[in-house]
Amino acid sequence: MLTSFISDYTRYVLKGGTKFYAWMGSLAVLIVGMMYVFYLQNTEGLIVTGMTSQIHDGLYFANLVFLVGVAAGAVTIVFPAYVYHHEGMHKVTVLGEMLAISAVIMVTMFVFAHMGRPDRLWHMIPIIGIYNFPHSMLGWDVMVLTGYLILNAICGFYYLYVKYTGGKINKWFFMPLVYISIVWALSIHTVTAFLIATMPARPMWFHGMMPIRFIATAFAAGPALIIIAFLIVRKNTKMWIEDSAINLLSTIVTWCLGIAIFLTMSEVVVELYARTEHANGLYYLMFGLHGLTKLAPWFWSSVILMVASFVLFLIPAIRTNYKLLPILCTMAFAGIWIEKGMGLIVPGFIPTPIGEVTEYYPTLVEWLMTLGIWAFGFFILTILLKGAIGILQGEIKYGGQSAAAK
Amino acid sequence: MLSMSSLMGTAALMVQSGDAKAAVEWAEHFQKNYRLMTAEEKAEARARLERRYSAEYGKQVSVDTTEAQPGVLMGYALNIRKCIGCRRCVKACVEENNQSRGNKPGERIEWIQVLRMERGEFSKDKMNHGYPEGLGIQVGGNAYTPAGAVLEGQYHYEPEAVPEKDATYMPIACMHCEKPPCVKVCPVRTTYRDPDGVVVIDYNWCIGCRMCMGACPYWARRINVANPVLPKEAMNPVTHYLGNRPRMRGVVEKCHWCLQRSRHSRYPACVEVCPVGARKFGNLLDPESEVSLILARKNVFRLKAELNTFPKFFYFYD
Repeated sequence: MLTSFISDYTRYVLKGGTKFYAWMGSLAVLIVGMMYVFYLQNTEGLIVTGMTSQIHDGLYFANLVFLVGVAAGAVTIVFPAYVYHHEGMHKVTVLGEMLAISAVIMVTMFVFAHMGRPDRLWHMIPIIGIYNFPHSMLGWDVMVLTGYLILNAICGFYYLYVKYTGGKINKWFFMPLVYISIVWALSIHTVTAFLIATMPARPMWFHGMMPIRFIATAFAAGPALIIIAFLIVRKNTKMWIEDSAINLLSTIVTWCLGIAIFLTMSEVVVELYARTEHANGLYYLMFGLHGLTKLAPWFWSSVILMVASFVLFLIPAIRTNYKLLPILCTMAFAGIWIEKGMGLIVPGFIPTPIGEVTEYYPTLVEWLMTLGIWAFGFFILTILLKGAIGILQGEIKYGGQSAAAK
Repeated sequence: MLSMSSLMGTAALMVQSGDAKAAVEWAEHFQKNYRLMTAEEKAEARARLERRYSAEYGKQVSVDTTEAQPGVLMGYALNIRKCIGCRRCVKACVEENNQSRGNKPGERIEWIQVLRMERGEFSKDKMNHGYPEGLGIQVGGNAYTPAGAVLEGQYHYEPEAVPEKDATYMPIACMHCEKPPCVKVCPVRTTYRDPDGVVVIDYNWCIGCRMCMGACPYWARRINVANPVLPKEAMNPVTHYLGNRPRMRGVVEKCHWCLQRSRHSRYPACVEVCPVGARKFGNLLDPESEVSLILARKNVFRLKAELNTFPKFFYFYD
């Protein structure tokens, strides 16, 4: 039964219209570009990136941190579905899980891109390598991310498999895993926040607000992406996602965005009122230091995107207008991407612990790599969503009816 | 358990190549964390590296594996009153420790930074400068004139003569903390504190994640973003496994108090070269050593003491 599941699933995913092939083809081109720069980076060294000993985490780490949030954001579907028994959400839970899976895969790829010696990654695998447990936050991060990937893969594919065979879900097995995955989703972004917040050497990150700020932005960016995906699914497939699900998600985005803006504001006030030396990182981000202002436009564009989308989200007529909603979601998503990425990671290193102000800007190699990894993520996401929708719609079924799939 | 030699044998079979360098690199890929190696495996690794480096640099290279000596806790003291900012320590360190010396920014690595700090002043003509200006209650006074500030690029200063009149100097490097944040964050325990107090890195085990660089409050660690540029003739052939042996691309490195020297009762290169004798080095457990005497008698402070890292690098003044 399992083999037929896999073969039916694969056959269904491979079939598609011109639009589908064009989309996957263009993603594949970007993926090839990524493979080339990955090769370049591992023969020339990280020198092909913009990273230096001063600013040693750049675009890769920024995307990594952001995508952990996107992965965690999937819980905004799972939680209402299973805890509040929200009808519309319940039907699409599995799509959220698929999004989480592809986001975690992207995170893993960014880890690879970020490492100086990816060939030695096996050093981190317990037993054959060494694991600095429980001291290393990175160790914890790898652990929770792997756990989250496994949980979502089990929950998602078990559900799909049961639907495929037409059986009944074993609640004793399934429900505990769902509840664990809900709590686990919080853990991945919390631990990622701890990863950077536990470094007194970097005063900009060294405060307890970091985890809650991470969660707030994650629960805004994740659902924003999911809304866009849902609207695309609604338009291009036979699957109908109910308005109630989309409306609930946009409400979640609204309030999490509001909380995120509030937390950012609190941080700005606390840091800049006294403006100690430790506020220099934030000050650099907002206004620049010693005439170097490369990051300031990023910050302000993020502020504008987030505040503007928040205000628009607050208006019910706009929030429920599905023509405008994708634009709002894109604005929020882009705003948070900047805030969590370039706006958080890079100024943490500026100034350096000895007061040196160095500027960082990603090189073409870094952009190509980043684009390629995102493309790979969307590639996987498309495959997962397509298969999942096919099963949910009953187009892939055990026992020959799979031929009906078109 | 697979032993090192059987792994190496398998590796040699797998590559099927007469190329010594390739075989050595292959074996290096699968070697254990240095601390977990048996004495035998350490000897193997040592011999392997010596063969490889000798061939690569065209001279007899030795790779020392001397362990920490019992009863020794290394310590360092620096007289900031005496430092004239000549940066000979930086140069000596680069030469002794085989740092990369290319022209591109990422290819040039220096472990010691001598910070040039401007002398601040409270001047009479600024008596009425204050903040906030124009509105509200005036604070008044000189409080916003910096009395000593580090600006960007100030360790690359190039004066005609040192010391400069309007500057003081503050050399920094790895502080070899007693509670090193870099060791705590390392996910694979590649960096650790040896029993004699020196924080070392197993370059062959480092995965290049750079967490240690983020955690270090003294900006003491450097990442080899490129293949290190180390001219054959300039390479120092007397090396230590955890010290100055040539590093590879993608790993982190830093000061190790010249293990290849200090574990054989010699001073680190920076101590030896300092023309004004500002740098002192010795055994903290020996009450008669220079550092111990300085700690007992001089005015001593540690940098960023509030972070509780307990550096074994002390600053003092007469």
